[in-house]
Amino acid sequence: MSEASTNSLSPETVLQEMKKGGVTDIVWLPDSETNWLYLLMQAEPSLRLVGVSREGHACSIAAGIAAGGGRPMILIQNTGLQESGDSLRGWLLGLSVPVVMMVGYRGWTRHGVTTDTAATYTEPFINAYGLNYYLVESDADAPRIAVAFEEAQKTKRPVVVLVGDEYHGFNR
Amino acid sequence: MMRIAEALEAFRPHRGDAIVVPGRGGKFWTGLTANEKLDVPLGDPAMGGHAGFALGLALAQPKRKVVLFDSEGDILMSLGILTTIAEQAPPNFYHFLLDNEVYATTGGQPVPNAKAVKYDQVALGCGYPRAHAFTEIGDLSREIGGIIEKPGPVFVALKVYPEIENEPIGRRRRWNTRTRDQVLGDLRGSLGIA
Repeated sequence: MSEASTNSLSPETVLQEMKKGGVTDIVWLPDSETNWLYLLMQAEPSLRLVGVSREGHACSIAAGIAAGGGRPMILIQNTGLQESGDSLRGWLLGLSVPVVMMVGYRGWTRHGVTTDTAATYTEPFINAYGLNYYLVESDADAPRIAVAFEEAQKTKRPVVVLVGDEYHGFNR
Repeated sequence: MMRIAEALEAFRPHRGDAIVVPGRGGKFWTGLTANEKLDVPLGDPAMGGHAGFALGLALAQPKRKVVLFDSEGDILMSLGILTTIAEQAPPNFYHFLLDNEVYATTGGQPVPNAKAVKYDQVALGCGYPRAHAFTEIGDLSREIGGIIEKPGPVFVALKVYPEIENEPIGRRRRWNTRTRDQVLGDLRGSLGIA
């Protein structure tokens, strides 16, 4: 693993975790973290990309895919997660859907003061719904993604992976 | 206009082994179905999501027809889902819309621009390759077999009478005899999903 990749989260690493997690469908809306990942996912024949125009749609689509025997993963930003509250409640929690929600953590800062309200409300929102979550900032954190997949299957609940790596690793 | 039960009765002989997501038509469909375990009556997990759920089912079960009875209130809340369905274009997806022009479960208040929206045109504009609109049960009964025979995705807008519920929710008759867990368990069992 190169020094660069240990300091950022590489899209190749995320793709490997998706494949190891048995993901069949990525239900997603692009955000500023995922441009390079999009190109990799598009080239990966084992994945179907289902693009949505509003993040709440991802919850009901993922619920349907899971009901039909597929293994969906949701890829959205924290702004969209907050938009999705009722769909998350009704379709994912209500139907006990085991799904990993990989959420771009817009505004996340490890050391500075967060000035972006998208970040301010992210963790309180997740906690309000009683969801478990893992923060991933670099390739060294990749095992947490695998833990999230295992936990989602075991608990039959959505589990959130917060991606605190905006504007560099995923976008190159 | 037609009654919801009439529309579902017109569909019933053409169901075959399709998965049926009855949406807000669920309480009418439970008395008509001959294959309950392939029905997915979920009530209302969260408004606006039935189309997404049925799309997901259709993508995961490409060899099985999936027939959805959506409502105009739901689809107005999630118009963008039509573009996702049209892009994925599952040939096993049959999207019926029960358009009663009102929010029937809250007392019958009109949906926005209730009488003017042409949902079949909206679907076509979003990229559905086929769409139909029916106001009379006789026309639907005559055409529905051909619609189901052809590959999807297809959108079928139906003008139905509002059948308004004014009882407080807690006093309404429970029409679904299975819990959501049972519904999904029965479906998975019928489809051979572990």
